[in-house]
Amino acid sequence: MTQPVSPPRDSTGKVPSAAETPAWRAVLFRADVRTLSLLGVLAVLILIGGLTKPDQFLDTRNLQLVLTQASVIGVVTVGMTFVIISGGIDLSVGAIVALASVWATTVATQEYGFAGILFTAVLVGLGCGLVNGVLIAYGGMVPFIATLAMLASARGLALQITDGRTQIVTVDSVLDLGERDAYVLGIPPLVLVFAAVTVVGWLVLNRTTFGRRSVAVGGNAEAARLAGIDVRRQRLYLYLLSGLCCGIAAFLLIVLSGSGQNTNGNLYELDAIAAAIIGGTLLTGGRGTIVGSVLGVLIFTTITNIFALNNLQTDVQQIAKGAIIVAAVLVQRRTASTT
Amino acid sequence: MASEPPLLSMSGITKSFPGVRALDGVDLDVQAGEVHCLLGQNGAGKSTLIKVLAGAHQPDTGTIRWRGDDVTLRSPIAAMRLGIATIYQELDLVEHLSVAENVHLGHEPTAAGFVVRGRAAKASTADLLKRLGHPEIDPGRLVGDLSAAHQQIVSMARALSHDVRLIVMDEPSAALDPDEVDNLFRIVGDLTAAGVAVVYISHRLEEIRRIGDRVTVLKDGRAVARGLPAKSTPTSEVVSLMTGRNVEYVFPPRPAAPPAAGEPVLTVENLSRQGEFAPLDLQVRPGEIVGLAGLVGSGRSEILETIYGARKPDTGRVLVDGTPLRPGSVRAAVRAGLGLAPEERKAQALLMLESVTRNVSVSSMSRFARAGWIDRGAELGAARAAVRELSLRPDNPDVPVRTLSGGNQQKAVLARWLLRGCRVLLLDEPTRGVDVGARAELYAVVRRLADEGLAVLLVSSEVPEVLGLADRVLVLREGSVVHTAPARELDEHRVLDLVMEGSPAS
Repeated sequence: MTQPVSPPRDSTGKVPSAAETPAWRAVLFRADVRTLSLLGVLAVLILIGGLTKPDQFLDTRNLQLVLTQASVIGVVTVGMTFVIISGGIDLSVGAIVALASVWATTVATQEYGFAGILFTAVLVGLGCGLVNGVLIAYGGMVPFIATLAMLASARGLALQITDGRTQIVTVDSVLDLGERDAYVLGIPPLVLVFAAVTVVGWLVLNRTTFGRRSVAVGGNAEAARLAGIDVRRQRLYLYLLSGLCCGIAAFLLIVLSGSGQNTNGNLYELDAIAAAIIGGTLLTGGRGTIVGSVLGVLIFTTITNIFALNNLQTDVQQIAKGAIIVAAVLVQRRTASTT
Repeated sequence: MASEPPLLSMSGITKSFPGVRALDGVDLDVQAGEVHCLLGQNGAGKSTLIKVLAGAHQPDTGTIRWRGDDVTLRSPIAAMRLGIATIYQELDLVEHLSVAENVHLGHEPTAAGFVVRGRAAKASTADLLKRLGHPEIDPGRLVGDLSAAHQQIVSMARALSHDVRLIVMDEPSAALDPDEVDNLFRIVGDLTAAGVAVVYISHRLEEIRRIGDRVTVLKDGRAVARGLPAKSTPTSEVVSLMTGRNVEYVFPPRPAAPPAAGEPVLTVENLSRQGEFAPLDLQVRPGEIVGLAGLVGSGRSEILETIYGARKPDTGRVLVDGTPLRPGSVRAAVRAGLGLAPEERKAQALLMLESVTRNVSVSSMSRFARAGWIDRGAELGAARAAVRELSLRPDNPDVPVRTLSGGNQQKAVLARWLLRGCRVLLLDEPTRGVDVGARAELYAVVRRLADEGLAVLLVSSEVPEVLGLADRVLVLREGSVVHTAPARELDEHRVLDLVMEGSPAS
């Protein structure tokens, strides 16, 4: 019988790093360049903000606001990054955020207080993710189509629940989370949640079998299947994960706005995809990083803030965002084609 | 011939990629009407050289003279305009377009400049196909519906639809049956008789003997021998030029006593798939290598994939140690101890963006994980041990798998199953795209794994490989086993007779 090769205990465990080849170093270097260039862009933006509106931009309250605004879309983007890395796409994230936020803020739900709102938001997110996942993984639907259908239906259901009205939150413990008193060392709780989701997302992607399988399915689904990975179940889990992130984001949005609206999360899908793409995630799957996506979110949120402080209209913002996406992808193509 | 300038003369071509000097001053002269063979191990620079010739890569230095004039091949279109056509190993056809549309892609016959004249395109395509000896291919059919061999004919028709003076063929025979190869050689003969030059790349030395005029051997980005006579240069000389050492097509010795005793670990009973292969029975014992020999299209790969659960059988079952596997489930097969090294390594086995470690550990991840959390130290150590065990080069498992040569990529796939502790190895064309030197090494690895108790089921289109490596051979013809015998009782001629004729008449 051939025994499984067991990991060497002590003697062969260490290997001189001289075995490192230039090719591998090039990969490492490139990964660093990508993160560094994103950090560079962010630094330039902060510089611009500081120069154009020194008093307002660098004000603590403004920075807290920027981070808080980044938190909602940031949590969604972490889920989206996993889905894109696995070769999929989730167009329904914005609609799921809207549905979860209104379902969690109905009069009936609010009677159950803090836990009721949080639980409902997360459960609605998971439920939508489950439907997406089952349709895609077991129904054989193309992710683009399945999540497009979810986008339409979830938005419709959200409108039906609210009848177009804003649902004001009356649960004080929820509203208190958004108050200054709740800040931990000057950091809003929403930002802490975003940070926690980011750290957990990074660990799951880089240190767990779940993360590895996601990358394998996105890199080469057929090879993953023939290697014995349950590709369908993995896909189901990934859309569940995205739904979960939407549920958390919906709760954050409820805290932030003190209400639930069926227009919440408008175009989040595009913002999340854009952030992941400029963060270096391959739209074809198989490669992507959580750090890159989060930097992408911070870059976009900072731009929005600087433009708002300088009284520039949203149309100019949109154009700038589009230009940044194009520039980021062009730069990445250059660095990728040097192999 | 010496009086007129060569059709093509490349000199001092260099080309570097980050960290790699792919071409280090290569010279190549090609005369009109000759078959010029390009030999070299994987990584010797053949692919880069033909991409320079096709205009797909720009050389760093060096000159290219075409019919006596200096030229710059700025793009594939520029090369095509001069009359240089390239048929790549990985066919570049559009599956959802018809044969005629593919043949005329980019230079469709048009009326008024933009209206495609479909009928004219079909007619000229039909002419080309007839010239290529395949009038039965319908120009209106979708390319995706054709067999690999026919797709290659279409690729060739596309090359000939231009006014060509030089055709580069990159391993054109790799996907072809023996009779298809004969047809290919006939086409090459017709082309050269008409004055067209052919640059022919192949790993098969016997083909080069048959049709080659001159041989250029590449090694490490240099031409180590130029313009050798293809027919009279001894094989040993060619091989030693390629490898720098004297490696023959060596098979490891079989164990003295065939492992006939013992319970079979893999049993296949009455397994069949409609239109692919007829009911099949076979058994493989631990330590035994069983070979399936047959032509392309005889159902070999389909049999392996069905045993592995990647295809669902219509009838029959697969048993491991007497326990039937759930049909059509790869996971059940893997759990029971089956491992597959598929035919299309890059498409079906490897995660090309990832490191060797991750490619090796992908099937045994949960062994290094507690509650989903991967112990990366244990994983790396195990991957390193498996990589060492198979002497994979480089022996650093952190390198991206795409930087490995074909033979080492195959070893990475074997390492995956070794690490998993697999007991039955299914090998589908294990040496496709693997150079001569690395083949002998792979054969030795497979034999050693068998000696250690693995059961191996081998499929190959190269009869000598099946005969040299396997203990027992099943000969397939059109999806049915026509003959079973110990490998030592068969020879290549007899097996070819069997697969062509299907009757064990001698």
